[in-house]
Amino acid sequence: MGNFSQLVYLVPLFPLVGFLINGLLWNKMPKSLAGIIGSAAILASFCVSLGIFFEVKSASFHEPVIVTLFDFIQSGKLHIPLAFQVDQLSSLFLLIITGVGFLIHVYSASYMSHDEGMVKYFAYLNLFVFSMLLLILGANYLVMFIGWEGVGLCSYLLIGFWFKKREYTNAAKKAFVMNRIGDLGFLVGMLLVLYNFGTLSYKEFFATLGTSGATMPPATITAITICFFIGATGKSAQIPLYTWLPDAMAGPTPVSALIHAATMVTAGIYMIARSHVLYSLAPFTLNIIAIVGLATALLAATIAIFQYDIKKVLAYSTVSQLGFMFLAIGSGAYTIAVFHVMTHAFFKALMFLGSGSVIHAMGGEQDIRKMGGLGKKMKITSVTFLIGCLAISGFPLLSGFFSKDAILTAAYAHNPILYALGVLAAMMTAFYMFRLYVLTFRGTFRGTHEQEHHLHESPAAMTIPLIVLAILSVIGGYVGIPEVFTHKELAFNEYLGPVVKNFGIHEIPENTEIMLMTVSTLASLAMMYFAMMKFRKPAFPESTGIAKVLENKWYVDELYDAIIVRPIEAMSGVLDRFVEKMGIDGIVNGVGKTVKWGGDRLRMLQTGQVGFYIFIMVIGMVALFTLSFFWIR
Amino acid sequence: MVLLLLILIPLITGAFSFAVKGDAAKALALISTTATLALSAYVSGANFGAPVSYDHEWIPMMGTRFSLLADGMSSMLVLLTGIVMMVVMIAQINKDVEHPGAFYGLLLLSQAGLMGVFLASDALLFYVFWELALIPVYFLCSQWGGEKRIPVTFKFFIYTFVGSLMMLSGLIYLSLQGGSYAWADITKAGAALPAASQHWLFWLMFIAFAIKMPVFPFHTWQPDAYEQSPTPVTIVLSALMVKMGLFAVLRWLMPTVPVGVEYWSDTVVVLSVIGIVYASCIAIVQTDIKRMIAYSSIAHMGLMCATAFAHNGVGMHGVMVQMFNHGINITGMWLIVSMVEQRWGTRDMTKLGGMASSAPQMAIALVIISLANIALPLTNGFIGEFMMFNGLFSGYISNHTVMTVLAGLGIILGAVYTLNMIQKVAYGEKTTMVVAKDLAINEYISLAVIITVIIFLGVYPKPLLDLTSGVAQMIVK
Repeated sequence: MGNFSQLVYLVPLFPLVGFLINGLLWNKMPKSLAGIIGSAAILASFCVSLGIFFEVKSASFHEPVIVTLFDFIQSGKLHIPLAFQVDQLSSLFLLIITGVGFLIHVYSASYMSHDEGMVKYFAYLNLFVFSMLLLILGANYLVMFIGWEGVGLCSYLLIGFWFKKREYTNAAKKAFVMNRIGDLGFLVGMLLVLYNFGTLSYKEFFATLGTSGATMPPATITAITICFFIGATGKSAQIPLYTWLPDAMAGPTPVSALIHAATMVTAGIYMIARSHVLYSLAPFTLNIIAIVGLATALLAATIAIFQYDIKKVLAYSTVSQLGFMFLAIGSGAYTIAVFHVMTHAFFKALMFLGSGSVIHAMGGEQDIRKMGGLGKKMKITSVTFLIGCLAISGFPLLSGFFSKDAILTAAYAHNPILYALGVLAAMMTAFYMFRLYVLTFRGTFRGTHEQEHHLHESPAAMTIPLIVLAILSVIGGYVGIPEVFTHKELAFNEYLGPVVKNFGIHEIPENTEIMLMTVSTLASLAMMYFAMMKFRKPAFPESTGIAKVLENKWYVDELYDAIIVRPIEAMSGVLDRFVEKMGIDGIVNGVGKTVKWGGDRLRMLQTGQVGFYIFIMVIGMVALFTLSFFWIR
Repeated sequence: MVLLLLILIPLITGAFSFAVKGDAAKALALISTTATLALSAYVSGANFGAPVSYDHEWIPMMGTRFSLLADGMSSMLVLLTGIVMMVVMIAQINKDVEHPGAFYGLLLLSQAGLMGVFLASDALLFYVFWELALIPVYFLCSQWGGEKRIPVTFKFFIYTFVGSLMMLSGLIYLSLQGGSYAWADITKAGAALPAASQHWLFWLMFIAFAIKMPVFPFHTWQPDAYEQSPTPVTIVLSALMVKMGLFAVLRWLMPTVPVGVEYWSDTVVVLSVIGIVYASCIAIVQTDIKRMIAYSSIAHMGLMCATAFAHNGVGMHGVMVQMFNHGINITGMWLIVSMVEQRWGTRDMTKLGGMASSAPQMAIALVIISLANIALPLTNGFIGEFMMFNGLFSGYISNHTVMTVLAGLGIILGAVYTLNMIQKVAYGEKTTMVVAKDLAINEYISLAVIITVIIFLGVYPKPLLDLTSGVAQMIVK
């Protein structure tokens, strides 16, 4: 077995090369070739990642391997290398990113084949994967930050991919700015770490924390963890910075699958899991994270129930599921959060790609009120989508069942109220997912005749990724079969164990665990059934009351607009018009005018009459005499 | 001798240029700036060994000598001047100006002055070059500028000239104390002065430099001057001349009146941080791209100035790096603005749009340079900004956390106005009336140079860091 860990730089290198080829030859490259180059780059990375994964999994792997490329920033005592860290956590994320990423690239090659900007699209997509891999592989926070802002940039470019539409570029801008707000938190967090610990390297930082963390002032630790979490709320779309994600659906659908469901938005989870040593020292922050996560999960789920855009439902669902992951983190179950990242990547990518297939067949239509009965014409899409819905709703023995139950159990161990509210969110998940499924694929078609005529199953390049993801959504959970069934530690936890240690998880009695599992599963199943019945013969009356509020997403966008955006714009206008032009510049000009005015007056003294000059001179001399007599001795 | 040539080449070719007509003037300017750039690169390269210096008798009765010294900071700024001037000349190849001989001659004279400012290690020599750099700019602005050029130039002239005189009186006072104008004597004499004298000397000289940088609230000449000047002049002003102000603070103010500097640092930091937030807010509501960039530049200089006064090694190192990178990036911004204005006939964002469809190469360049301007990682802008925030946060100033976070707001606001500009200029439907041509070959080359520097230093900043680390440590110590 080769020493794959040392070759880790190849993993981001391939997508970078793919980006450079497609990016530099954007106006010369044939479209089909662009897709092949883009996909091949990710496939190559996937192969290396597989090698790394098995090497890390083997018994001979003990310590994280750090591969240093070169000194990035070197100034006095500050030394930050561009270095990668290979360990269990990063190798797992590598597989998710390159694996799911590859499937989405293949899908895109077909989905985007009619778009004139296809070469540019693949360049961006490769650049995204490159940045995401930097984020995951970095051996210090600065490299993570480079990837962190890099994925934000790619997200911006891809949301605004169809740049002619103002709405889309608005969404892109919003995503970037909201992420930047989070990034400022991340940056301040890094500054705090550097100030207090003098390093950004995980290895040194966590080692210091391990030995002297308990003696650090809790306020410092809490401040750092809060700052990092602010960063995470931006990237992973949590309250209060979540509103960009639903708007991000303006981008091409495979982008939503890759960036805004499977990979980038889980960066916040990765960051905290990576910093678990730090977070385990800050129970206060963990509680905040649990509350924010749960609140986001509930809020987004309520909105999802009332959306009519197929992608918006999925987007709010993603926000909600990310909330679940933060709930797990807040409960101290970091590995479980990562587990849910993985299963969610499978089934949410599947459903987004499925929705892409639907939108493709519907000729760009995204409104589920105009769909219905698509299952008859699109067998593969329909069946795989159903599998995704079942998985996310926690249908027994599918992947989502294991990861979600693990989260709920961990939440119960932390605080039963968290569990109860978590189950509520899970029930809503099952409800809106089956509402979506039934409205789209069951019943009768509600669109135009022309649309109906055009309905067709998508080509193999699109359906094969769907099938692969469906299989993964079914079996992906078996790495985490609960202990109550197997009586040994979760295989998943065992793998991550050496690098990620969970915090403060109480053992709960087996009977309780089984009971909790049964309750949440039955509740979800009931909601599935309820949704199936309710939307069998749908009607879409004008919504009123609370439904209208929810359809309008609790008016949060409007609220932000009213209390943040417009006041800043108004204030800037006032600053520009009054403070700048009339105030400061007014004073400057005023000084100038006064001097000129004074000059004009003084000019009067130059009368040209010698008598007057002598008179002034005498007065001056007298004044000087008087002064020197009284003052200067 | 090399250092002398750095000044003499632009000085002589500049003077000669007045006699040349038409395209020959462009060619002369291009050859001259290329030669200067080659020499600057040589000086910077040589600087990794021992600093290069030159010394010759000048006016002995006034205690002043013609002495030049290129340490890390000087070489870095000389190199920046070399690159920027050459890029400007390349971009000018397909542009027409009236009286090219005089136009390029004045630009070259200004370059000679800039080189002298960055190299002089004698205070009087420094002052002479300071004025030599400025005076051609007044003529350029008043003769080749926009509609409102006369009142704007007048204000700019008076404002900066008042500053220059304040600086001169400060330097004369110091030379009387120290017996000569040599840097070593001036700084020694200044540092030995009692605190009370240091305080007023500090303000006398700081205001002079603050006007140049400019620091809030001494900045109002700047947006007008940038707006009204022809693009090459705007570039010289914003990429190079504002660095004169900061350079002067680091070279001639900080070592000279250490007690005054230490005492007033908090005040300067507060002013600078106010400037960052204030200028960023104003940038948001600008519709003229030139004015937007002008305010964005005020915000950037604010961060540099604040960090310079935080007295932290890493921060100071970041300031050095950022002086260079800001010069490169803002040159790129102005080049694109001038191309936009040339093709679409307006700089009003609300009337522009669709560049990504009609001139995609230009749009790509615009996006990359804008991203560098908002310090995205792996562009050159990030390195300096990260180091500066680090320095500000760990610096010897009161309320360092509050100051850092407030300065950090600039990151968010910067993203807002920059992306607004990209959206309005590059995205959207084509503006139909104009058939816009994409980049001409010389424009392509000029932007390619800028972008290469942006990416190279963003990924591998080591050469620039190595060049300036010694000076940064010395200033802070």
